[in-house]
Amino acid sequence: MSKETMSTIKASPASFASSRRWLLWSGIAALCAWVLVPIYLVALGALGGRQGVYIWPKTGLPTGISLEPFILFLTTEGVVQSFLNSLGAAGITVALSILLGAPAGYALARYDFRGKDSYRLLVLLTRAFPLAILALPLTVSFIRLGLYDTIIGVGLIHTVLALPFAALVTQGIFLGVPKELEEAAWVFGCTRVQAFFKVVAPLALPGIVATAVFAFVISWNEVFAASVLTVRNRTLTAYLLTVLSESPMHYRFAGGLMLILPSVVFIFAVRRYLFAIWGISSK
Amino acid sequence: MANIVIDRIRKSFGAFQALKEVSLTINDGEFVSLLGPSGCGKTTLLRIIAGLETSTSGDVRIGDRSIIGLAPKDRGLAMVFQNYAVFPHMTVYENVAFGLRMQKADEARVKAQVEKAAGLLHIEPYLDRYPNKLSGGQRQRVAVARALAVKPKVLLMDEPLSNLDALLRLEMRTELKTVLQSAGTTTIYVTHDQTEAMGLSDRIAVMHNGVVEQVGHPVEIYNHPATRFVGGFIGNPPMNFIKVPVSNGQVAAGEEQLAAPKDVGNEIVLGLRGEAVELAPLPQGLEMKVRVAEPMGSHLLLTGSIHDQPVRVILPASETVKSGDTIGLKLDSKRITWLSPESGRSIPAVSA
Repeated sequence: MSKETMSTIKASPASFASSRRWLLWSGIAALCAWVLVPIYLVALGALGGRQGVYIWPKTGLPTGISLEPFILFLTTEGVVQSFLNSLGAAGITVALSILLGAPAGYALARYDFRGKDSYRLLVLLTRAFPLAILALPLTVSFIRLGLYDTIIGVGLIHTVLALPFAALVTQGIFLGVPKELEEAAWVFGCTRVQAFFKVVAPLALPGIVATAVFAFVISWNEVFAASVLTVRNRTLTAYLLTVLSESPMHYRFAGGLMLILPSVVFIFAVRRYLFAIWGISSK
Repeated sequence: MANIVIDRIRKSFGAFQALKEVSLTINDGEFVSLLGPSGCGKTTLLRIIAGLETSTSGDVRIGDRSIIGLAPKDRGLAMVFQNYAVFPHMTVYENVAFGLRMQKADEARVKAQVEKAAGLLHIEPYLDRYPNKLSGGQRQRVAVARALAVKPKVLLMDEPLSNLDALLRLEMRTELKTVLQSAGTTTIYVTHDQTEAMGLSDRIAVMHNGVVEQVGHPVEIYNHPATRFVGGFIGNPPMNFIKVPVSNGQVAAGEEQLAAPKDVGNEIVLGLRGEAVELAPLPQGLEMKVRVAEPMGSHLLLTGSIHDQPVRVILPASETVKSGDTIGLKLDSKRITWLSPESGRSIPAVSA
């Protein structure tokens, strides 16, 4: 066999590996672009000043950066308040859907009971009613209950939207914690409650945090119920919907950025729990 | 005293009876295996003792105390699970210390007992590591150390070696025996592997279809199975069962006459261990048609038939028998088990 063929044989695995690496990185780049380019453009529109928004073709480079429209937006009356309202509603949604959804998910994962499958279906069916149909009866009952135009009311409705998913997602998470670990905890001196908090909860934490993120995003992005059920105490989405259509372009971009940022920051803050697999990425 | 009395335990899953009135007494410090094929109820029985499963009826007592209504944590026992069940979010040290911490033992005692258990199982180098950095064998050692660290009155083991590869299993088996002998803990060990049960146990309880078929010392069970199932399940090759005619209270084995038990019908089943034979010239010996002869190095394994019924026998490696030969066998009359053809139960032989 000639030297040449030998070298091609030798070379091909190396080139194969390098093309694989190239594929991997181009995939990563494409995914990053998919997420980052729109955010970048929105940020550019928000920070690029009055003229920057209308320039065409876009330079793609930050020119004439100024925080002015952003600050203008922030200082507009009601923005800060509605931002806080949104955070409040999302906080209520996250807290309630974990507090109610996780125990339901645990019960679905660990206990066999009559009608378990129909219960699971029923949980999802709550999402089958379009909110538009429910809007009027909800408004009436909320007025009667004194929940109309309150953040608690919005938080409750958002919890209704997030809860079915919270229950079903946490079921999957608890199924992923082997039953033997819990049984071992019982044998070695735990009550059922102790075993849950010492063994099951720490192992289910990443999944529970993911569920919390999900509930947060559902509430943060929800606009219809929030618009219908509030008048003055608007959430940010509901507020922006009414205000932005009559605003100049750069102002709208500032509002859009304002909507994106908290979700990004929140997910970034809990990313450790999203990816943590014990002993690999934790610590 | 931590002897365990299992008193008429029954367990049904709907219409299926997993355990049918199982009774068994395990003495203080004894190592008893529950041996049987999968689905025989052995794991269910162990889980009932541990309190992880409720029995339909019956009682379990440790010492004089009934434990049947107690939570698992109040039963004073420890358990080793089939898939180890070491806590992945705790270091090896914390895993071994888990039971002691739950007992609120002071730090000095925790440290002393963890180190002692870790020393017994040779896991001191890994005490700071997380379980996912350990091999299967090391995890199994952690699970055993965790169980021994609490100094349990009773140790339950559910197929602890079945997830290990063959070589490691053999090594761990020997080591388990050493460790448990020095600990002196009453142990109930569930397995479907007869060599494990034979090698480790003081006594074996052979289970089949929710019933304990026989309880006894490994050698006794091997040589004198109480039922056809036990003889067939234990031993490799399994016991041979040959249906033979009885005339005048005697059974002919070639030219030799064997005394059959009293009061049997025209037929009886002769239970014969494969190695309880020796080669004999043909007219005297019992005729066997050899279908396949397999030289195994340490011995010669012959598969064929006696009275047109399949048998496997073992001869010394030095014998020269080939496939297709017809040979004569002399049976070791002391090692024959007589069984009833109807019930499959053993019938005591007439004492000479």
